[in-house]
Amino acid sequence: MEHSKVIVGLGSCGIAAGGNKVYQKIQSLKDSDNLGFVLEKTSCIGMCYREPLVEVVDDMGSWLYGDVDEKRAIEIISQHLVNKSPVKEYLVKSDLFETPDDQFFKGQVKIALRDCGYINPESIEEYEARNGYQALKKIAGEKVTQESVIQSILDSGLRGRGGGGFSTGLKWRFARNSQSDSKYVICNADEGDPGAFMDRSLLEGDPHAVIEGMIICAYAIGANGGVIYCRAEYPLAIHRLNIALDQARKKGYLGQDIAGISGFNLDISVKEGAGAFVCGEETALMASIEGKRGMPAKRPPFPAVRGLWGKPTNINNVETYANVPWIISNGAEKYASYGTEKSKGTKVFALTGKIVRGGLVEVPMGMTIRDIIYKLGGGIKDNKRFKAVQLGGPSGGCIPEHLIDTPIDYDSVTATGAIMGSGGMVVMDETTCMVDMARFFLDFTQKESCGKCTFCRIGTKRMLEILTRICEGNGQEGDIESLEELAYQIKDSSLCGLGQTAPNPVLTTLRYFRDEYEAHIRDKKCPARNCKQLLTYEIIPENCNGCTVCAKNCSVDAISGNRKEVHTIDQSRCIKCGICYTKCKFEAILVY
Amino acid sequence: MRVQRNIASAALADEPDISVDLSLLLPILHKYKTKKGNMIPLLQGTQNLYGFIPEAAFHLISEHTGLNISDMYGVATFYAQFRLKPVGKIIIKVCHGTACHVQNANMISDAIEESLGIKDGETTSDGLFTLESVACLGCCSLAPVMMIGDESYGKLTGKSAVQILKEIKIKWNTPK
Repeated sequence: MEHSKVIVGLGSCGIAAGGNKVYQKIQSLKDSDNLGFVLEKTSCIGMCYREPLVEVVDDMGSWLYGDVDEKRAIEIISQHLVNKSPVKEYLVKSDLFETPDDQFFKGQVKIALRDCGYINPESIEEYEARNGYQALKKIAGEKVTQESVIQSILDSGLRGRGGGGFSTGLKWRFARNSQSDSKYVICNADEGDPGAFMDRSLLEGDPHAVIEGMIICAYAIGANGGVIYCRAEYPLAIHRLNIALDQARKKGYLGQDIAGISGFNLDISVKEGAGAFVCGEETALMASIEGKRGMPAKRPPFPAVRGLWGKPTNINNVETYANVPWIISNGAEKYASYGTEKSKGTKVFALTGKIVRGGLVEVPMGMTIRDIIYKLGGGIKDNKRFKAVQLGGPSGGCIPEHLIDTPIDYDSVTATGAIMGSGGMVVMDETTCMVDMARFFLDFTQKESCGKCTFCRIGTKRMLEILTRICEGNGQEGDIESLEELAYQIKDSSLCGLGQTAPNPVLTTLRYFRDEYEAHIRDKKCPARNCKQLLTYEIIPENCNGCTVCAKNCSVDAISGNRKEVHTIDQSRCIKCGICYTKCKFEAILVY
Repeated sequence: MRVQRNIASAALADEPDISVDLSLLLPILHKYKTKKGNMIPLLQGTQNLYGFIPEAAFHLISEHTGLNISDMYGVATFYAQFRLKPVGKIIIKVCHGTACHVQNANMISDAIEESLGIKDGETTSDGLFTLESVACLGCCSLAPVMMIGDESYGKLTGKSAVQILKEIKIKWNTPK
């Protein structure tokens, strides 16, 4: 047991599932029984659907246990570590057995997430032991020029992973070509897309990979200041970043003459965002760092020419930076060997919604949506029918079933009307109403619009009003046309990405699910049975045995009937709260 | 989903004068006084101290740093994080991101609203809980999720969310 290790997954998702309690339980078992194993923590390995995860590494290999609670933790410690017999029924991954969960990892290629779930993110030594900071040392040792670093990034074909998909190498070259006494590198960690969490996982799981990527970028463009702009909603990521930055300073990866490169000076600080989605836009982000309201500015001048504090600046997203050290260490060709002709390498996706295996996956570009959802994700929850997948958050769109074989790369996804975005993939089944989804996103963008451009500020509000009335059963003929007209005007007349893409969720759902809109407007029906005001509740006489439970729970006394007799619902009184449906034990309530 | 705040000036006029110990602010003022881009960290520091940004704090920061009150007010009302009214001791943030919305986050908010007798953005009469709706907390695969303090709770049902709050309340009211 002396050589055994027990590692508890303590990313935000692990903690939310109860990981801390499991860690404390194992710690107390270890102390009270004087057990000789080593207890460690790591971050998210991507299998969020099985959290809390506990890995046991012993002389037989690695054993990953899922859905561990305190009770299971006791069993695992006593059976596996004390009696040397692994508890097979809780295993989700092992070197010696196949498990159904293995499918989750098949086809994944981990480049950006290479260390997540494998190292203690609060230990720089563990990062170094897995080739960490080797890329920086290679640049210093082999005296690689700034230009050839940029050429490697260009050759790798890496494109911005925050959603824009602009060539990272080109961006770096523009910043390098700008002449100035000081320049900045910024990491955009303001992951605001609802439904996306890959940046959080990366920062929590492998902060040094992002920092090393930023250091290499700073070397390539000649920057001497760095800022990581991180959402305040990610306290654990900020905590671990600050630990990692301190460690990097102590080891000389930050500071003066970094890694022995004379004259290469850099420090990086963390700036906490204050909660504004628009700050994901690069000019707004810089305004926010400068302490101003986060409102976008007109481009050009681009940040590469005039950015933070008026100096040339390069901004990339978390995942983009995390790829950089791997590309320098393993070569641009190897990176470019993954993916498609125009979209090279891998992309991390946050797989969520009505899916069996939700979590974080990293796949080569070009894999089809079908393979990601069905092979890795295990298909739709509760045997329901797949309806659509939402890609790209509030700027993206819904891809319907007949396009499920679309390969994931920047251009193919854009052709469907959605965008690649930062990688949120929310799966929807037959019970999700597409009009309600469009309303949900417009509600979000309408609130998050900074207010600078009239069409974005007022147009999104008008669109939201129309969508809300459609969902409430007050839709009118001509509403669809008004939505379309507003959508194109907002797209054409907004300064930044928020406004230019805000109508996308409406346009894609109109393109693929127009019949749902029409059913709401003309028939006053919600085909997904989601929009409350459009539902009708009725009692099925054959199933009703007159137990009176529905009548007792009805808050507006819309249900009448004597005991042991069939009840009825007064439709004029019914407020469609659905309480009768949830309370009835005899399936006697019909919803349509 | 950002919390829609009341217009702060009107809110401040309605509230009785809230007295706070402004001397607590001095270390923060000292730390950020000369740094560029210090406005947001100053406001964040103030809010961390008091749970909101009192009007008097705006004046004090302005006196010490020369920052414009109007600029500060502009920033404080732009970002969702800042509050100009006092809040409860414990803030419940119910996630209304896409994944949570699809998994019926509305039901969680409804259950909490019913159990605590407050609406979104309000504080309980004992001053213990404030309920907020927030955009994505980034725990999407555990949807629906809520965050209390720095801790997230996942795979909620209306019932389990209410149960968690009950436990927290008991813990809070038990003398240490």
